[in-house]
Amino acid sequence: MRYEAPETLEAATALLAAEMGIARVLAGGTDLLVQMKTDMVDPALVVDLKRIGEMRTITKAVDGFHIGAAVSGAELKEQVELKQHWPGLVEAANLIGSTQIQGRATLGGNLCNASPAADSIPALIAANATVSIFGPKGRRQLAVEDVVLAPRKTALDKGEFVVSFHIPLRAKGMGDAYLRFIPRTEMDIAVVGAGIGLKTDPSGVITAARIGLGAVASRPLHVKAAGDALVGSKLDKAAVDKMVDAVRAACKPIDDKRGTIEFRIKVAGVIAARAAAIAYDRART
Amino acid sequence: MAKHHVSFTINGDPTEILCETHATLLDVLRDELELTGTKEGCSTGDCGACSVTVDGRLVCSCLMLGVEANGKAIGTVEGLAKGDKLHVLQEKFLEHHALQCGICTPGFLVASKALLEKNPDPTETEVRYWLAGNLCRCTGYDKIVRAVMDAATVMRGA
Ligand SMILES: Cc1cc2nc3c(=O)[nH]c(=O)nc-3n(C[C@H](O)[C@H](O)[C@H](O)COP(=O)(O)OP(=O)(O)OC[C@H]3O[C@@H](n4cnc5c(N)ncnc54)[C@H](O)[C@@H]3O)c2cc1C
Ligand code: FES
Ligand code: FES
Repeated sequence: MRYEAPETLEAATALLAAEMGIARVLAGGTDLLVQMKTDMVDPALVVDLKRIGEMRTITKAVDGFHIGAAVSGAELKEQVELKQHWPGLVEAANLIGSTQIQGRATLGGNLCNASPAADSIPALIAANATVSIFGPKGRRQLAVEDVVLAPRKTALDKGEFVVSFHIPLRAKGMGDAYLRFIPRTEMDIAVVGAGIGLKTDPSGVITAARIGLGAVASRPLHVKAAGDALVGSKLDKAAVDKMVDAVRAACKPIDDKRGTIEFRIKVAGVIAARAAAIAYDRART
Repeated sequence: MAKHHVSFTINGDPTEILCETHATLLDVLRDELELTGTKEGCSTGDCGACSVTVDGRLVCSCLMLGVEANGKAIGTVEGLAKGDKLHVLQEKFLEHHALQCGICTPGFLVASKALLEKNPDPTETEVRYWLAGNLCRCTGYDKIVRAVMDAATVMRGA
């Protein structure tokens, strides 16, 4: 195995594109090292992205926040302004693992590991995030919900990697939240996760809503019909019921030791309704 | 097998080693540098026995490559005591019987020190959440939490 730690995007892409064997980028390593130790992957080349400046910084611009894909969860937590704008997203990122895991785990790794249960992805969907991708042909943008295609499979081509996430600034009347169901309070993988971002007008009527779901299908889902069900309402029971129905209709979960299909579908609705209530409160304050 | 020249500081001391590409920081500490205070429990990030700090951040040394340590400041349990003088946390762990077999203890000490540097006056809930990634099969955690709370009081000079 070869290890490289380039300092530019171009150098990283060149290394990845030229490798004939299995190449992996390394961010926090909290998925990759576990996979290497358990012989799930044996890369010929590992490209550490943490020496590339743009990938390690968070900047606030007029068009929103640009969050480097290799920023750790611990660093995100210390970004007071980001937390004020998108508390749900920061909370979702901070649910990943323990304090020790937070010291290394990144949003880029959480997304590109392509687990259907990754905690930050539904929250990124709710926040309407786009990712900036760099590769042999230069830069391109993709909506976050279009990156993961199936477990362990992303839309990235050979030599491509995620540089940063872009999320809009929170306008007045916007709020977000992420909740997950796990059988205990810490250190577990989501059985179901739901992220909600919504926008209200001054009278409290919802004008737009985005709902992301985790662990209920082969990839994280953006459920447009569920968000649309809330539009025009003040989160009254009829609208929430309609949203819950749309959430449950979108679920195609698996049966495993942590949750049956029936359980996951039921809980997805419950968690989405609770997250919507928190997001609405945040939008109104 | 390629070897990398890696230099970093450990508990303040400049250190240089030749490191295999696939070796973790934990392997480097224990096998190359014979700093065996840092323990290996699971080697998959679940138990916290291998906790160290890297530029002040608490991490699992089993989930970091040794080559990634280049240019970093590493803190291990060996950096707590000053000669024969134990760190307050170590004294309080003894006083409160916060260990039995002891394999988890270095990880708890390093993690607790990192907490108190960031938050000198944590609530019990904050201590428990901060330490959720450190597993202990023996004590039932209560004595550990009490030792950390007591150490925090002493370290605040209260
Ligand atoms: C004890 C433990 C608990 C955990 N708990 C949770 C949890 O509660 N919730 C959760 O969602 N996850 C959890 N995880 C999984 C993991 O910590 C997260 O998925 C984390 O966000 C991965 O980020 P990383 O930077 O460590 O990724 P890495 O391990 O560095 O990378 C993961 C994968 O993504 C690729 N990759 C990384 N960055 C990029 C990039 N910028 N562009 C393209 N590809 C990239 C890598 O090549 C690799 O295939 C846990 C892991 C452990 C060990
Ligand atoms: S040995 Fe590293 S977390 Fe268990
Ligand atoms: S004292 Fe034995 S595991 Fe903690």
